[in-house]
Amino acid sequence: MQINAELSLIMYEDLLRCRYVEETSLDLFTEGLTPGRMHPYIGEEAVAVGTAAAMKPGDLTVSTHRGGAHLVALKADIVRVFAEYMGRAAGYSSGRGGPMHISVPEIGFLCSNGIVGSGIPIAVGAAMACQRTSPEKVVVCFFGDGAANTGSFHEGLNMAGIWKLPVVFVCENNGYAETLPVGKGIAVQNISSRAAGYGICGVTIDGNDVEAVYTAMAEAIRNAREGAGASLVEAKTYRIGQHFSGESNHYRTESEVQMWMERDPIRLFRERLLERGLAVPGELSKLEEAVRDAVEQAVQAAKDAPFPDPETVLAGLYRDPQTLGLGTP
Amino acid sequence: MKTITYAQAVRSALIEEMDRDPSVLVLGEDIGTYGGVFTATRSLLARYGVDRVIDTPISEAAIAGAAVGMAMCGLRPVAEIMYEDFVTISLDQLVNNAAKMHYMFDGKVCVPLVLRTQCGSGRGSAAQHSQSLESWFAHVPGLIVIMPSTPQDARGLLKSAIRNDNPVIFIEHKMLYFTKGPDTGAECLPIGKAEVKREGSDITVIATSWMVGRALEAAELAANEGVSVEVIDPRTLRPFDTETVLASARKTRRAVVVHEAVRFCGIGAEISSIITENLFHELEMPVKRLCGSDVPIPYSAALEPHVVPTVEDIHVAVTTMATGAGRLDAD
Repeated sequence: MQINAELSLIMYEDLLRCRYVEETSLDLFTEGLTPGRMHPYIGEEAVAVGTAAAMKPGDLTVSTHRGGAHLVALKADIVRVFAEYMGRAAGYSSGRGGPMHISVPEIGFLCSNGIVGSGIPIAVGAAMACQRTSPEKVVVCFFGDGAANTGSFHEGLNMAGIWKLPVVFVCENNGYAETLPVGKGIAVQNISSRAAGYGICGVTIDGNDVEAVYTAMAEAIRNAREGAGASLVEAKTYRIGQHFSGESNHYRTESEVQMWMERDPIRLFRERLLERGLAVPGELSKLEEAVRDAVEQAVQAAKDAPFPDPETVLAGLYRDPQTLGLGTP
Repeated sequence: MKTITYAQAVRSALIEEMDRDPSVLVLGEDIGTYGGVFTATRSLLARYGVDRVIDTPISEAAIAGAAVGMAMCGLRPVAEIMYEDFVTISLDQLVNNAAKMHYMFDGKVCVPLVLRTQCGSGRGSAAQHSQSLESWFAHVPGLIVIMPSTPQDARGLLKSAIRNDNPVIFIEHKMLYFTKGPDTGAECLPIGKAEVKREGSDITVIATSWMVGRALEAAELAANEGVSVEVIDPRTLRPFDTETVLASARKTRRAVVVHEAVRFCGIGAEISSIITENLFHELEMPVKRLCGSDVPIPYSAALEPHVVPTVEDIHVAVTTMATGAGRLDAD
């Protein structure tokens, strides 16, 4: 489906923002400014951006350990994202969570998750809640090809099928479960074919084509919203970056990475915008510069933000601790 | 006085809270049409319908995970895991998600779920349907762990657990479901508060769940021999009511911890350590632990009773310790 000019440019801008945030977060790691490691999303941005564009305000998201771009695509405040990566008090989790543990309820971002597959049952529960109390909402659940081999995937998709839940499972098949190539971990060609076993819709799309992602997600989300039940959308893409920052890359070939860089989703979409005459090169360069500047300003603001006070480290284990005979900490 | 069984008490708590708050719902295996393997959810389906009484497939990871997701979205799910042994399948959701979210997201999310399950031996259920795993949960910061020993405690604490905004592991006992106790009404009981089940002055017994009844029987036998035993049921294992336990041990200067779970790394080790760290110079002798043996629960009726503390074990321990025989050999 061809997307109109306005949305196309918004998506292009979001793709750029995702990419620059990911690149910048790798720089932060290299500079020693992040206590932990990053899981870069570089190369997969079309999945996050096409999906977020197809969602409505109020819809809910469950994300993964590689969830930074989901946040950016959902218009999270990138100062707070960077601040969390650096363990600052201004971070979304006040520095307690880090890149794998963020919740932003105000944009419907329920949680990211450091355990592969663990978000799937949570998304199922969120969809059960929507079905009962807010039928206008849909849950989008991201996970990778690796998660498709967990028990959580099986149990969760089965429940979504039997109860016709308003949830769309977005499998970001990026070619590798950590370092295991997808072909060595999964015996079927398309993960989406597993949907048949749960009585839900399954479709495989080009995850490097932001328009294809938008189109498939818009349909799956509409079905979920209209009560037609869950879908499994498998977006085939490629993790151009490493599984985590600082990882050795010896489990894959240079030529394979090179081949996928030719299919860089941002480059592909840029070419398409120009071909269709939706923008002229000068305009896009200007946009690229503006987004880069904004990301640079954001990261500087985050670098300037204070660290959390160690005095607070024991507070907040329980909600309302006085109800547990513990007094107020 | 009117009496009520432990299973009825659980059911009453569920009904009272579901009547009071439409966001409370129950889910689990065989809880709807069948009414629960131990009858705790009988009649709920007819009363509240399929939206609030949800029969699930045998999917313990997703039952727990769905409860987490619902709780994050404003509902108050009460998930039942039929046997505590099956909670091992749910652990990822409980340990990595439910327990951590409030702290890890700095208060942005709370997870008001209750996971009901039942533990313990006594019914020939064998190694995979008889464990007592409470110390696993108590070891995880962020979880609340409750083990009621009487119908009244089950009802009052389950109601508080449902109203509480934190994740609660609520561990019932299969041998207690059809025991009776006074029906004292629908009052909530405080989480994190131990109860002195019997007052005494010579020795303190801290017992949990099924073992509370055995400790009280042993205390009665000891009383006939002139030994005054104080019996304390912590009721909540996490957070733990240190104050009540220390006050009693300070008074009696002798303490025994009794639980069905195996000794090694059991909750008794923690309780014993709390008492010793605080009262070392006031104790007459080391704190003793009477625990389940360090083996899986065997099936045969000739074997099963031998791996769990008996009334006689407790009776011998308290009388020996209280009559000044000093330190008992560790067994």
